[in-house]
Amino acid sequence: MVALIGANGAGKTSLVKALSGLVDRSAGEVVVRGRLAQVPEGREMFADLSVDDNLRLGGWRNGRRGRDTSGIYELLPELGGLRRRLAGTLSGGQQQMVAIGRALMARPDVLAIDELSLGLAPMVIDTLIAHLHALHRDQGLAVLLIEQNAALAFDLCDRAYVLEAGRVVLTGETAELARDPRVASAYLGGAVR
Amino acid sequence: MVSDLVAYVLTGLGVGAGYALVGSGLVAIYRVTGVVNFAQGAFAVVAAMLTSTLLGVGLPHVLSEVASVIVAAGVGLLVGVVAIGKPGTEPGAALIITLGLGVFAYAVEIVLWGDQPRSFAGLPGVISVGGARVQAHYLLILGVTVPVFAAMAAFFARTDLGKALTACASNRYAARVVGIDVRGMGLLAFALGGALGGLAGVLTTPVQQVTFDSDVTLIVNGFAAAVLGGLTRPFVALAGGLLLGVAQTLIAGYGGGAYQLEVALLLMLTVMIVQATRAGAVREAT
Repeated sequence: MVALIGANGAGKTSLVKALSGLVDRSAGEVVVRGRLAQVPEGREMFADLSVDDNLRLGGWRNGRRGRDTSGIYELLPELGGLRRRLAGTLSGGQQQMVAIGRALMARPDVLAIDELSLGLAPMVIDTLIAHLHALHRDQGLAVLLIEQNAALAFDLCDRAYVLEAGRVVLTGETAELARDPRVASAYLGGAVR
Repeated sequence: MVSDLVAYVLTGLGVGAGYALVGSGLVAIYRVTGVVNFAQGAFAVVAAMLTSTLLGVGLPHVLSEVASVIVAAGVGLLVGVVAIGKPGTEPGAALIITLGLGVFAYAVEIVLWGDQPRSFAGLPGVISVGGARVQAHYLLILGVTVPVFAAMAAFFARTDLGKALTACASNRYAARVVGIDVRGMGLLAFALGGALGGLAGVLTTPVQQVTFDSDVTLIVNGFAAAVLGGLTRPFVALAGGLLLGVAQTLIAGYGGGAYQLEVALLLMLTVMIVQATRAGAVREAT
């Protein structure tokens, strides 16, 4: 699990969009081992469709047989009771879980999650993180976590990249980075750990 | 007279079904692409003119109509390619393109079919319903339109392709994230809109002859039907179209004469003003 941290406007979301091919790159090259799926910032639900339909469309690229959603309800059992609900009527945490489930439907090797924690209660975030840990451990899923909340990202990930004004300025093990005074003051509220 | 009333209502429902088809074509395209398609009436005219030609060269009914609807779908696709084919075309720009194409269609129609009104025979006969005598063809229009709407409902609710179209309408960005070809879906919507417009044309021409500029009447009425549902809800467009048809027939039947178009315009303006005031109130509240 790898974190990408940076302040507002550092270019995190643009980088993710470039990785997933949603914007054209002006230069450079994207190499993904396997398939990358994106959990976009703001969750981006199909609000007028049911949870199950949201999940089904996550498997759009896989063809008809790849759109069976039952596996997702095993991985994310909280969604089971919500499958007929319209996605637009769900809470933020529930929507985030649908967004993760929808991305998993693409059967990715790499999951890029843009702002997992934004606007969510700590307990909800804990549940989501527990799921991500399990997916990483049991399914071998690589997770790229794009976060403004650096403390959370450092807790969760082994490695991190720090993005400033569109460039990677620091990279390394999160344990090392957390001791770096520049990182501590800019992203971790000043406390060197 | 009750029998007069029944006759007016049934005739009105038949007329309104035509408006509903044009209106739902507008809705199909607007939901997915955000474009108000001003060439929508032309699909009906092209299909109607083509049907009269095909019948003229000896092709049987049904086959002629179905072929014309398929061609109208193709014309819809073509309009879509020109209007939204270039990636990044703004809906506002596409709207102006469809307006241009609608006018261009006049030239093509006059070259191919001349500027005289055309019509062809529909379902013959008169049917008596509760003492009211109604041209059988009006019931045919209804009998085709209602199953078409039911089929559309099933298509959008039950198939992945229908859901993908709704997904584009719901959240275009998320549709791209999951890998749906949003432009392709837009073109599909244009083809669907073309077929619905074409169907309206071939169904209504036997009771209402068609000229190259009939599209104005059709699109004003179709738009009035569609705008009731904020251009996004096909079933409200159906209800709106039927309501409009019945209202116009009643007004014409009880002495209003030839004010059909004015009724549609008045309804459309009223709905738009009400919706604008409501939207304004919401914006002020937040």
